[in-house]
Amino acid sequence: MTPLYILPLQTAPEVIDRIPSGYSNFVIPFVVGISFMLIWLTVGLFRLMAKIPARDRRRLWKSFFIPKIALKNIRDLFCDCLFHTKIWKRKPLLGYMHSAIAFGWFMLIVLGHLEVALFVPKHLAWTDGGLFYPIFYRFFVWINPGHVSLRGWFFFFLMDFFLLYVLTGVGMAIFKRFRSIVLGMRHTTKPSLADRIALYSLWLIFPLRLLAESFTADLSGGSFLTVPVNMLWHWIFGNNLYFMPVWWAYSICLGLFFAAMPFSRYMHILTEVLWILLRNAGLQPSHPRKGVAEAEIYACSSCGLCLDACPMNVQKKNLKYSSVYFIRFLRRHNEKKINDIADKCLMCDKCHALCPVGVDAPALRRAQRATVNDSLCYDYSYLQNRVPAPEANDIVNVATGISDAPEVMYFAGCMTHLTPRIIKSVEKVFKAASVNYVFADRDGGICCGRPLMLAGKTSAARETISANRKMILDSGCRTLVLSCPICYKIFKDEYNLKGIEVLHYTQYIKRLVEQGRLKLSSCDERLVYHDPCELGRGCGVYEEPRKVLSQVGTLVPAAKEGDESICCGGSLGSLTLDARDRAKITESSLVNLVANNPQTIVTACPLCLMTFSGPALDTVSHNSGEEATDVKVKDFAEVISQRV
Amino acid sequence: MVDFGFGLVPSSRINLDLFDREKFEALAALEPDVRKCMACGSCAAVCTAGKFVRTSVRDAIEELFNAHPDKALDLLKSCQLCGKCTMVCPRGINTRHLILSIAKIYGTK
Repeated sequence: MTPLYILPLQTAPEVIDRIPSGYSNFVIPFVVGISFMLIWLTVGLFRLMAKIPARDRRRLWKSFFIPKIALKNIRDLFCDCLFHTKIWKRKPLLGYMHSAIAFGWFMLIVLGHLEVALFVPKHLAWTDGGLFYPIFYRFFVWINPGHVSLRGWFFFFLMDFFLLYVLTGVGMAIFKRFRSIVLGMRHTTKPSLADRIALYSLWLIFPLRLLAESFTADLSGGSFLTVPVNMLWHWIFGNNLYFMPVWWAYSICLGLFFAAMPFSRYMHILTEVLWILLRNAGLQPSHPRKGVAEAEIYACSSCGLCLDACPMNVQKKNLKYSSVYFIRFLRRHNEKKINDIADKCLMCDKCHALCPVGVDAPALRRAQRATVNDSLCYDYSYLQNRVPAPEANDIVNVATGISDAPEVMYFAGCMTHLTPRIIKSVEKVFKAASVNYVFADRDGGICCGRPLMLAGKTSAARETISANRKMILDSGCRTLVLSCPICYKIFKDEYNLKGIEVLHYTQYIKRLVEQGRLKLSSCDERLVYHDPCELGRGCGVYEEPRKVLSQVGTLVPAAKEGDESICCGGSLGSLTLDARDRAKITESSLVNLVANNPQTIVTACPLCLMTFSGPALDTVSHNSGEEATDVKVKDFAEVISQRV
Repeated sequence: MVDFGFGLVPSSRINLDLFDREKFEALAALEPDVRKCMACGSCAAVCTAGKFVRTSVRDAIEELFNAHPDKALDLLKSCQLCGKCTMVCPRGINTRHLILSIAKIYGTK
């Protein structure tokens, strides 16, 4: 028996280009499938770009040349598309599964092309089979026994290594279909018909690739995986292996996958790239279905991570309102269902925060609501002829008693006026720190515009925004402090207050403490902090309130916090969620907070405060532990004001 | 003609013959909470827009029952959807959606 490979070796070529034309009939299914998909993708890309406003398109081109964005693009393309680092961080097994299939497959394609480039470069040309040759490289070349160099060996090894890597991922994916909880997912998406076709062919592609390559491993080279399998086939089937059927099967499977791809969730593999570029250029969807939104819709991988994230899904009946289905129906233009789902959402933004590709489903829902609600009648003419809010006698300087231009403007907002204890506490803290402030809406003001924005009444929101904006700019203050995260979000994002620092009171109080203007005494009360949606996920304020709270008491963690925190259920975001469904969410949110037996739940949002103080609190208090542990709910300012 | 000693402004006359049951049922299908109102007036008491012009969900619902949808729309057109009325409603009425739904059903000609 002649040995398969002998080292070292020179002169003669390592591989024999056994089919110089670079074509065999079995590639037809693959070529048809991938051509269809590529044509569909190209046409779609042009249509999509045409729908993006020219101004945004220019912004996109420019973003490629801004070093900071370009670097972020490269990083995101690798981290989000190939390595799936975001999933790794939350659920390592799931992260491994996704990255194994994505990165492994990517490497197989890249290495295949490298091999062709190194050993038979002429076949990289499109006319010589460049489209399919690198994919079926092992079919088209035989190795020249005894002349394979270390380089060739290395590639054999790498190809087998990455094939094994992908196969482990596929194995986990199959397992996940039956027992998803092991990989950290309670609910998974229900696949559509096209999804199923693509899914089953995807499951088959890599086992078939192993089969095909192992049938020819003795002739075209292989390594630790394919060679032993090849020996097995020889042992079973004898010396002459008939390898055409397996290569046909492999090609058919690939073709089927690519043909189903445009109609399935797997289109995200390619469209994700476009979305990441658009996202990083800072483009916002203006229409729920066209242009940027379309890129977003097609970037959704339907992975279903938003199912477990959504606070509504404490009740299984609400699964159908999740972002993944919203996007699926948007893709199918199912108007009735789209509107139902768009109106139900609490807009807590958790699905967006946890989405592996950063699909901003809440923004799409808002855009969808705008298509219905923006044209509804309204009349805000009364805002024009109202009296300007800050009166001179409102300006109080505690330290000097001299009334001058105030350092800070405090805007409480509508909701805070329903819980005046927050206002009282904030004023007490301000006085303790001798802050020279003016209380903008002592006798009530006008709405910040965020609730209108959330309801999709964008142009109405613009009117309240401009009225408030004028009032604030006229006051001459340098700092604006807000006690409601709903206000804070829109003041920060939409008001465009040049020269005025907009702060939530948690941030401002932290600053007062750091500057030494506010002295806090500590006690041993066990506190847990609830991240309000609009403050945490909406504005990224997580650390400031925790830093201050840890000075006045013992801060215990909730089961889920930070960007995983659960909406209190009182959100203004939802239009149609009814009181009973909301109560269920409040309960689950409270259960999450009392995980480590705190004495007090601290929140920094008047809406959360009201919702948590409702009847749901009793059920949680009674459930947690045998002895009557009454959990109190307090506002951040309230806790601080008791410790000054 | 008999003189009872008073007159009626025709526009504020309650004429139940004009009550559009079809539209009201459409509204109730969209937001069933419209039937829950017990006219306590909490919504009007806390209303942000109500400080400037007369705005009241309670009155709007009454006007709907009294076959004056245009008056109902007038009472709600100043609404800023701030949600205070939802928070104080003892019946747990989803007032924000109700206001949007009234505009949707009666506002579009």
